[in-house]
Order: sequence, then C-alpha cells, then structure tokens
Amino acid sequence: MSPFVTKLESAFGEKILGKKEFRGEHTVLVELSALHDVMLHCKEQLGFDFLLDICSVDHESVHPRFEMVYELASVDDSQHLRVKAPVAEDEDVQSVVDIWKTADWHEREVYDMMGIKFTDHPNLKRILMWEGYPYHPLRKEFPLAGKPTEMPDVAFTGVAPMEGGPFVTSSTATDTVAREPRAKGES
Amino acid sequence: MASPDPNSTNYAYDSKIEGNVTFTQLDAAINWMRKNSLWPMPMGLACCAIELMATASSRYDISRFGAEVMRFSPRQADVMIVAGTVTYKMALAVKRIWDQMPEPKWCIAMGACASSGGMYRSYATLQGIDKLIPVDVYISGCPPRPEALIEGLMKLQDKIDKEESTMDLKRMPEPEQV
Repeated sequence: MSPFVTKLESAFGEKILGKKEFRGEHTVLVELSALHDVMLHCKEQLGFDFLLDICSVDHESVHPRFEMVYELASVDDSQHLRVKAPVAEDEDVQSVVDIWKTADWHEREVYDMMGIKFTDHPNLKRILMWEGYPYHPLRKEFPLAGKPTEMPDVAFTGVAPMEGGPFVTSSTATDTVAREPRAKGES
Repeated sequence: MASPDPNSTNYAYDSKIEGNVTFTQLDAAINWMRKNSLWPMPMGLACCAIELMATASSRYDISRFGAEVMRFSPRQADVMIVAGTVTYKMALAVKRIWDQMPEPKWCIAMGACASSGGMYRSYATLQGIDKLIPVDVYISGCPPRPEALIEGLMKLQDKIDKEESTMDLKRMPEPEQV
C-alpha cells in the first residue's frame, strides 16, 4: 500500500471511505465534507504540488449519483494519487482553486458538462457551452444526439441523426474489419 | 445564352492578330477572370486546416490555380473553404463571416465534418455547414489530401465556367441584413 494512503488514513481516519490499488495506481475514496481538507493535506504534507485533472462520473441510478475524481501528481519525484469523493445530486463541492489555481477551468468544465456546483469558485460559469445553454450534456440522461435549443443571438443546437447508432467498436474482435465502429445489432 | 459546351472554346482565335484582339462572349470572359483568381477565405476549424495549409505551401502550391491569395478579411474573399468541424458554438460565427463576403461568392465544404458532421454525431456539432450556407463543392476525406482539395477547386472552376454571370447579375438577391 502506498505510504501516502497510509498517511491519509492516519490523518483523517473515518473520513476515508475506501482505498484501492490497481496496477500500481492508488485511489482513495473520501467523504465529501472532508474533501477540501484532504486536498490541502495532500499538497501541504504529502507534496502533491500538481493537480493533473479533475473529472466527474455520473452513476445515474446509484445514490449518491455523482463522483468527483482528482488526479494528483508531484513533479519532483513523479508520484501519483487519485482522490475520489461521492457527490449527491443536491450537494455542492468545495472548490480547490485556492489550493491549485489550475482547478479553475477544470471545475468550470465539470460544472458545464455535469452540472455539479462548486462553492467558493472565483468564476463558476460555463466554459465549453455558451451561457444560457439549458442542459448538462455529459449527464447520463442526456441523449448523445443532443436536444434542440435556440438562442438566436448566440448559438443554436439540433438533434443529430443517429442512423441506428451510437456506433461502437468491439475491442475483442479478431481483425480490424470486425473492430470497425458499428451500430449495435449491425454486423 | 446556353451553357457552353465543354468541348468547344468560348473564344475566336485568329493567328494573324494573335495577342491583339480576341473575340469572346461576355459570360465566358467574366467567368474566365473569376475562376482563375479565386481568393479563398480559409475557415480553418480543425485538422482539415492543416491540409489546407499544406495545399497552399510549396509542395502542392495552390497558386498554380490562382487561389493562393488567402484573405482573412471576408470582404476581400471569393470562396470560403470551410475546413473542419463546425461546432454549434462556432456555427453562427461562420454564417456571419459568410454573410460579410460580397457576391459573387462560393463555398467549399472540405472534409467529412464540414460536409456532414463527420464522426461527430453529437450534441455539440452542426451536421454539415450546408444547414447554414449554400455549398458548391463537397470534398470527401478525413481530412482530404491536398490533391483532393485541388480537385475540388478545379471542380469549382468548372462550375464557375458554366455560370451565366450576366444573367445572374440581373437576378442578384438583395443583400441580407447582418
């Protein structure tokens, strides 16, 4: 087990909900209320001076529905740690912009695509879609083809023809022809 | 006048007065001037723009076809080459630039994305620039090679050659308010 996970466990005890190792990558699951403290601890005590990425997962039918994922790294000795925290639909997440400035745009993207709100964020507005776009397109219930919207001065969207799609590859297929992306049920 | 037969020449040629006088039809003269001096508006939006740049550079040399004068001002451009994925966020900006181009103007949809949305069948991507502006030539490919773009440009030149320019002048639509 990674020494960082052990140190986090001794520092936060019950707030650590779980830990996992997969192919040398360490993941800790922490309680949302302790997330900001854990992140601060990771930077100040454990030396994770670089926030690689922030992403979010929509588990749809599971409660709590969402999950925040933070990828931490240290530049000098190439350490990596993944921190996850479950987020319910009505919960806000404490922003980590005050710890790593790079979190600014990552959190805006999470807000734009998934609709998770961040408290104490300096400028929480959409980053990819335009202001006034009514949906969060990476949520599971949002159709891949999109929904029509109309803001004549800014932008509009339509519904893409799916033609039997979405088109997916079958990675276990034997040859490259069989691995071509196809609609399900189409040979 | 009828569309010129591609096998016939549109001008009378007399070797005795070579270099001094050429008889032709007005349409043929206008079209000849237009098609050999197409100033493109490079609407580079994705990886197709790289191939567009390659087409303009020395190896493929689009200036052999009179289309090397890339104009980044729509008011000086004749043909808009939409090279790349048109997102919905960009779509109205492309339309706005198209509207700012003076007549006569043409449009080349370069590559799968500009022609049909390509592999982006999703909420974010306009399913072909022809939903917003009229397209004269579609070029397949993802991205198309420079040869394909040059082929498309030559197809557009053929198309311009067959236009009835003087008649078109009479039925020119009122400019749209932008």
